[in-house]
Amino acid sequence: MRDFINPAVKAIKPSGIRRFFDIAAEMDHVISLGVGEPDFDTPWSIREAAIYSLEQGQTVYTANAGLKELRQELAAYTHRKYSLSYDPIHEILITVGGSEAIDIGLRAMVEAGDEVLIPEPSYVSYIPCVTLAGGTPVPVPLQASNDFKLTVEDLEQKITPKSKILIFPFPNNPTGSIMTREDLEPIAAFVKAHDLFVITDEIYAELSYAKEPHVSLASLPDMQQRCLVINGFSKAFSMTGWRLGYAMGPAALVEQMTKIHQFAIMCAPTTSQYAAINALRNCEEEVAKMRREYNHRRRYVVKSFRDMGLPCFEPFGAFYVFPSIAQFGMSSEEFCSALLYDQRVAVVPGTAFGDSGEGFIRVSYAYSMEELKTALGRIQTFIQTLNSRG
Amino acid sequence: MRKELLEVLEKDSRISVQDLAIMLGETPEAVQSEMQKMQEEQIIAGYHTMINWDKTEDERVTALIEVKVVPQRDGGFDKIAKRIYEFEEVSSVYLMSGAFDLTVIVEGRSMKEVALFVRQRLAVLDPVTSTATHFVLKKYKDNGILMEPEKRDERMIVSP
Repeated sequence: MRDFINPAVKAIKPSGIRRFFDIAAEMDHVISLGVGEPDFDTPWSIREAAIYSLEQGQTVYTANAGLKELRQELAAYTHRKYSLSYDPIHEILITVGGSEAIDIGLRAMVEAGDEVLIPEPSYVSYIPCVTLAGGTPVPVPLQASNDFKLTVEDLEQKITPKSKILIFPFPNNPTGSIMTREDLEPIAAFVKAHDLFVITDEIYAELSYAKEPHVSLASLPDMQQRCLVINGFSKAFSMTGWRLGYAMGPAALVEQMTKIHQFAIMCAPTTSQYAAINALRNCEEEVAKMRREYNHRRRYVVKSFRDMGLPCFEPFGAFYVFPSIAQFGMSSEEFCSALLYDQRVAVVPGTAFGDSGEGFIRVSYAYSMEELKTALGRIQTFIQTLNSRG
Repeated sequence: MRKELLEVLEKDSRISVQDLAIMLGETPEAVQSEMQKMQEEQIIAGYHTMINWDKTEDERVTALIEVKVVPQRDGGFDKIAKRIYEFEEVSSVYLMSGAFDLTVIVEGRSMKEVALFVRQRLAVLDPVTSTATHFVLKKYKDNGILMEPEKRDERMIVSP
């Protein structure tokens, strides 16, 4: 029999996280600070709205682009929050999580030979999605000295005449870094000067702890036409399992994305869409409350790592801190394996998010204070052992 | 900081001032003095422990009593409320809108003991015109806390 598998797919590296998961899952009594999803339950009013929609028999396909009512709510929400105006009929597409939006956005734009600039460290699916779309992923290493913000200098190292798209992942997973308006301005100028298009992945937009609320790159002058804004319900509303995201962008692009979405997916889950309408209408206070609680933990975890002597810049977004472990002369993976075997604490090696994550670990604070304290206590013991070994 | 401090303390009053300071991005001195102030202003009315007595050897019953009263010429409902809340057995008293006036929550060792309290202490008070006693059969959630949380963390140990 022939080998029916596409070699291009075989060539895609499995996620570094997966490997680590396999080890951790085999061990008992592991305390994990390794997850990329909220610990809060979805607010009850959202769940209740979903149950009600099922009782009402709302169990059929929706329009390909998603329920009109949901798109209208999203348009209002996006305007209220980020001062962005999108036409709910032609410029918003409801997707199966932000991940699908990234995938089909790339597929709608990337041609063979196109280069896609991907700041790293960043979320694991950008590179494989670019590859599968037939493009060439070009990692743009971010610098710890810049608190892992993207700078024009970083981009200048990697820009070529073939560069077409910039993926812009802020607030960032895994570093927790954010981009303020002042940080965004030179990036916007660069994008315009080089005639690039931006996929701005703002899935953590609501989890931003700086004094100023999150600013979307698309809201800068003349940028909306150059941006596909990706967001979703997973992080802000604690709805990961509902698989619901959305993309907002120029009508010409959204139209083509809707075509791919229509043939590949048909429509996002109906129950989730009804739940999401409720989320947008009624859950602002719940989201704010979760944000306050994340912020408490964030401060606590940053302080704890600094007290342990691990350099850790202050991350103002998402729910991760990204301390440096370079001083121990181990790779990120060695450090994480040793921590797992010695103290049964699971954190994720920075290299799972790109080579420039070497020397760092991603620590999630989507855990209760009690769990964080126990885990941080164990990490401290581990570090003391390393230090005493000299 | 007040609202956030209260929000944290409401959930966990045992948390140390040092930890509170870190979580709120304040100094321990500022947190300490804010807590002190709120105690003086009686915003923080007390710190107590939620106990699920059903899980202990102790027998306890809780009754919720609807009480109708005649308000007093001077002092309105407050005076009669005081005569009721001063009893050791009474854990809560609320003035209500609607069909009755006061909700009185009483704890006792047995239904008999509570019934005796209602008959001999509460119903006999002059301004009290009627009482309706409802015994609590099971507490599912009390003061925002689930009595029998069934939650486990079902998230994968590591995820992107």
